Amino acid sequence: MALKIVKGSIDRMFDKNLQDLVRGIRNHKEDEAKYISTCIDEIKQELKQDNIAVKANAVCKLTYLQMLGYDVSWAAFNIVEVMSSSKFTYKRIGYLAASQCFHEGTDVIMLTTNQIRKDLSSPNQYDTGVALTGLSCFVTPDLARDLANDIMTLMSHTKPYIRKKAVLIMYKVFLKYPESLRPAFPRLKEKLEDPDPGVQSAAVNVICELARRNPKNYLSLAPLFFKLMTSSTNNWVLIKIIKLFGALTPLEPRLGKKLIEPLTNLIHSTSAMSLLYECVNTVIAVLISLSSGMPNHSASIQLCVQKLRILIEDSDQNLKYLGLLAMSKILKTHPKSVQSHKDLILQCLDDKDESIRLRALDLLYGMVSKKNLMEIVKKLMLHVDKAEGTTYRDELLTKIIDICSQSNYQYITNFEWYISILVELTRLEGTRHGHLIASQMLDVAIRVKAIRAFAVAQMAMLLDNAHLLTGNMQRNGICEVLYAAAWICGEFSEHLEDPNQTLEAMLRPKVATLPGHIQAVYVQNAAKLFATVLRKHEGATDSQAAQETSQLLVERLPLFVQSANLEVQERASCILQLVKYIQKLQQKDVEVAEEVSALFAGELNPVAPKAQKKVPVPEGLDLDAWINEPPSESESEDEKPKAVFAKEETKHSRPRHTEVDEKELARRREARKQEQANNPFYIKSSPSSQKVYQDAPGVEHIPVVQIDLSVPLKVPGMPMSDQYLKLEEERRQKEKAEKKKKEKKKKREKHGKGKKHDSGPESEEDITPAHHVDIVTEEMPENALPSDDDDKDPNDPHKALDIDLDKPLADTEKLPVRTHRSEPLKSPGEDGDVESVPQEPKKRSSKEKKEKKKDKDKDRKKSKEEKKKKKKHKHDAEDEPAELPAEEPVKSEETNEVATPPTSTSAEASDLDFWLSSTPVAPTAKEVAAPAPAPAPAPETSLAAAPDSEADEPKDAEPEEVKCSKHKKKKQKKEKEKEEKKEKKKKRHHHHHHHSDGGEDSVQNGTMEEEEPLPPMSNYCLLAENSYIKMVYDIQGNLQDGSQVVVSVIFENKSDSFLKSMEFNVLDSLNSKLQRPEGAGPHDGLVVPFQLPPGVSNEARFIFSVQSIVMPQKLKGTLTFIVKSEDSSTHEKLDFKLHFTCTSYLITTPCYSDAYAKLLESGDLKSSSLRLEGVNMPFHHLLARICFHHHFSVVERIDSCASMYSRSIQGHHVCLLVKTADQTVSIDAKCDEPSLLGNVLDEIKQTFSQC
Amino acid sequence: MIKAILIFNNHGKPRLSKFYEHYSEDTEQQIIRETFHLVSKRDENVCNFLEGGMLIDGSDNKLIYRHYATLYFVFCVDSSESELGILDLIQVFVETLDKCFENVCELDLIFHVDKVHNILAEMVMGGMVLETNMNEIITQVDAQNKMEKSETFIFQSPRQDR
Repeated sequence: MALKIVKGSIDRMFDKNLQDLVRGIRNHKEDEAKYISTCIDEIKQELKQDNIAVKANAVCKLTYLQMLGYDVSWAAFNIVEVMSSSKFTYKRIGYLAASQCFHEGTDVIMLTTNQIRKDLSSPNQYDTGVALTGLSCFVTPDLARDLANDIMTLMSHTKPYIRKKAVLIMYKVFLKYPESLRPAFPRLKEKLEDPDPGVQSAAVNVICELARRNPKNYLSLAPLFFKLMTSSTNNWVLIKIIKLFGALTPLEPRLGKKLIEPLTNLIHSTSAMSLLYECVNTVIAVLISLSSGMPNHSASIQLCVQKLRILIEDSDQNLKYLGLLAMSKILKTHPKSVQSHKDLILQCLDDKDESIRLRALDLLYGMVSKKNLMEIVKKLMLHVDKAEGTTYRDELLTKIIDICSQSNYQYITNFEWYISILVELTRLEGTRHGHLIASQMLDVAIRVKAIRAFAVAQMAMLLDNAHLLTGNMQRNGICEVLYAAAWICGEFSEHLEDPNQTLEAMLRPKVATLPGHIQAVYVQNAAKLFATVLRKHEGATDSQAAQETSQLLVERLPLFVQSANLEVQERASCILQLVKYIQKLQQKDVEVAEEVSALFAGELNPVAPKAQKKVPVPEGLDLDAWINEPPSESESEDEKPKAVFAKEETKHSRPRHTEVDEKELARRREARKQEQANNPFYIKSSPSSQKVYQDAPGVEHIPVVQIDLSVPLKVPGMPMSDQYLKLEEERRQKEKAEKKKKEKKKKREKHGKGKKHDSGPESEEDITPAHHVDIVTEEMPENALPSDDDDKDPNDPHKALDIDLDKPLADTEKLPVRTHRSEPLKSPGEDGDVESVPQEPKKRSSKEKKEKKKDKDKDRKKSKEEKKKKKKHKHDAEDEPAELPAEEPVKSEETNEVATPPTSTSAEASDLDFWLSSTPVAPTAKEVAAPAPAPAPAPETSLAAAPDSEADEPKDAEPEEVKCSKHKKKKQKKEKEKEEKKEKKKKRHHHHHHHSDGGEDSVQNGTMEEEEPLPPMSNYCLLAENSYIKMVYDIQGNLQDGSQVVVSVIFENKSDSFLKSMEFNVLDSLNSKLQRPEGAGPHDGLVVPFQLPPGVSNEARFIFSVQSIVMPQKLKGTLTFIVKSEDSSTHEKLDFKLHFTCTSYLITTPCYSDAYAKLLESGDLKSSSLRLEGVNMPFHHLLARICFHHHFSVVERIDSCASMYSRSIQGHHVCLLVKTADQTVSIDAKCDEPSLLGNVLDEIKQTFSQC
Repeated sequence: MIKAILIFNNHGKPRLSKFYEHYSEDTEQQIIRETFHLVSKRDENVCNFLEGGMLIDGSDNKLIYRHYATLYFVFCVDSSESELGILDLIQVFVETLDKCFENVCELDLIFHVDKVHNILAEMVMGGMVLETNMNEIITQVDAQNKMEKSETFIFQSPRQDR
């Protein structure tokens, strides 16, 4: 053996290692690829050798080559080999390689399951760590399912290093195997309060990541996070939590109110910019969620804006960028606060940093108003001219259009100006956004009827100067504009001053070089123009001119008939024949104009982009059904080419619909308006345009104001938008003066009539549009479906994680646990022989694998369905997949959780309600409510759940957070028990089967469930009782603070009266003190934070600080309260004694057998023992009782012998060895504090003497 | 979530690439090239954020980078990460490298990319930030190196390389 190793190392001397490889590559700069290919050949040779060191070296080199882009998946199996080396060095190399190149498609991954499991349970924490790190990169659904339980156990590992990694990787496991989320969640939640800050941070990280995608499921954690936020000092954790709150507040505005104060404090106090920034962000989110009717938050807004201004003014570009980013969020709801910083933002447009300029542009979008739109756009136009680089210029262009067209052209007061801007934009060279400009032109020309004449004039000019636009044709997107120009000129040709000239321009030979779809529009619209020309000339009885026009068409059209583009060719030849025919008629002096224009008659209505989608499918119509038998494949492939513009189809389908009579139309409009008004999602058109639509049905009715301009509208050459700015100024001035005059006379009347179009808020009210423009609303189908369904990505992995976490776990939701232990638990001494995996199970598992795989998919699908229905659904025993646990190594808390009947989610929600509604009181009082959602079931729920006095025994015993369903119907309980029995029967069956396989019954960490069901248990014992009220209590150690215990008291109102003003007080001893709010005296009572209607019970928590925990304590106390019946109210009091047992200082802490063995060997522990006679209960009941009542956990159990562990809040270890034989139980115990141990044993004895 | 961590030099040569989502080798190289292209053309005194990392899908993602001497450290993250936090993290990463390699330079990264990976693994795991405390990171890295050394002593020829 030794010789072999030496030989191996000598061989290695001649191998290249990673450094040699890198050096070699650097020395072969010219023929790198060739050099690497020889290296890969060498690596292949090395991988064939037996020596693991050589293999590992080869794999290490492959990892490097992978980074350079070489596919190394061929070596996947060798990587697995290196991963399974027993030496950490090689293992790490293997896992690194795997994490770099394994993915879901790697087939050898399924071979790694057992290896990873072995590494996860390795006694060496770094083996475990490396495995976790690797797994986090290549976890697959199969791996996640098979290893979920192992990783979950690691979440309670003794080493924080492992705990934090295990917690983090759970997120990946959830993603790949969503079924694991619910079973694992309680423990994950527990880790939020882990003593180690790293673990805590990891847990926060995971929950934030989960909550970001499905925030509503995590609302109930808000109190816990709130506590963390106010107590944590770790900026990373704070940032995460604050970000999380940002996601939660939109769902729960009350949360926001609670947050504002601590967040503002943080903003004022923190010096970390990152934290400050996130705080501001979340405050913004809060303010957005509160935006309705919370006027008194203007201070917070001001604070945010002010802080952001500081960021933006900072010389650090990063802060500037982020400041702008956050500013844009405020803008959405509080545009006014931002608008006052317009100067700053405009300044940022000149920044040398493009990212910052783009951010500033985004901000401008929201800052425009009717007042400043022209000015801002002018500034942007200047930037367009200056901008270098087409990307930024294109961005500017789209932004200008966005800004102007936003909310249905709300801010445009002068559409002539806008058209001029669009025309100016066409001068941009090399822009990709020609189609954008074009569609704007079309949209404006169609929808703003008053502007058509002007638009047509401008478009005619564009057509005339087309050669300017089409300079370098092919990659020039701007020629799209001609499409719009031609169409507008054709469609609204009645407005053309000189249709002849335009017609001529449209038929120039150069047009033939335009893209096909534009040529087609040219040809079609030439025909429209022709019709107009004919009509014009016929009126003037000038047949000569009309004939000339026909002649022109006949001469020019053949050019298009020869076009390669089918559409152009078809239209051209059609129209050519038509014109020839008309020419014949003209020669016979027949009047044709009427007929020709009839071809293109009819008003055109704009159609909303989503209109088609919104037509509801009539009942009984199945669009997917075949009308006839499906045709053969070959026929079905003649799809039409995609339309370039949404409007294109309007051209084909000219409105030929018969005129519906006016009344009917009005009725429909009214109905639609009604529907839109009631529909909160309908935002398509602003109220102003609605009004206009109704009032002005036709073009004739639009009062087109004559503009008495000194400058003629038709500007020779290209128009200049700038002039409008000046004009606008003048006009406004004039208007203002005029208005003042008028206001003196008739104030109200004028306002109501003349300015129906004005919808702008306050300050904008005094700006009227230059002329009353008519924005036609887009058509929608009569009974359009209102839903604006956002198409969510169906492939989003987070969709599967939208799981209700407050619902109690169902039995079917266990994580799959191996049925066979492939490896007995090892004590730390025997870490040498890793290869000693039992043969039998290995074979089995591989056999099973195929079966499993089949079941897997089926099963996963099934459980997903289950969740969808949100129903508790039980599988038959046969249905249960093979991997479902026969024995379930679960901790006692889990067993109990399973036994919990469905907690109504409404109760959970009411916890949150309670937390949210409680006005912030003194800090301690807050804390009383904070540690976990203090259960405060809404009166309705508890009332419904029949307050049976017996039902007060909570089965639930989760130590950390007591579920609020303490009160349930007896019947329900019985049912539940029945169910459980059934379940157990099934399990027994399984168990039997399992024993025949000869598996060993060692349970790592938890009680075993077998034969009989556990009787219901409760730790709550009676505190005091009188005719009005009953108090039961339970004491738990506080994980966070070694000197504190939490006393949970359930108050139950037994009377028919209302109980209020409850005050809870105890006489402190030297050793134990009730935690009172700051400022309260040592004898003051604590107000119980709720009132009790008749028959209702509720729980409150009180925190006590203790010094010494080795002795049990008793504290005397009093509860005072007011009983309020219909006619009277009396003051009552009830004395009680709080008994702090030593058990209550113990905390259930899991322990691994190796750590346990080490602890026992250490010799620091004093021992003691106890014998119990005549105990005739099953051993597992006995263990469960000790676990439950005395907060122990089972470390290991073999037959009728078990080792157990617990830890006190002050860190004392308590170890028990429990043996049973013939109704005699002997307990040998060890602890580092003998008197504590003595007392605990006494208490255990007492527990068993009671039953 | 961190989607990817890339280190490349002023010429775009990759020095470390860690993708927390799977891409084929070709795509990875393309991403590296494209990212280099984006980052390298930016001036020194502009902000360290870049939106929409071209290939690394959706608009939710951001590139956050720092430039140290000859090396670019680029993190691609989604919106759940704090921008300034990530910048701090990069700083911690570089300082940690500096401690572990004693005055780190590009050559260290070139020849010991595996060690860089190991250090990174103690900071970021599966795309989530694991540890931000430099001392804790160094402790864990050192402990693992010690283990490695004790193993190497027996199993490997004592051979020192640059």
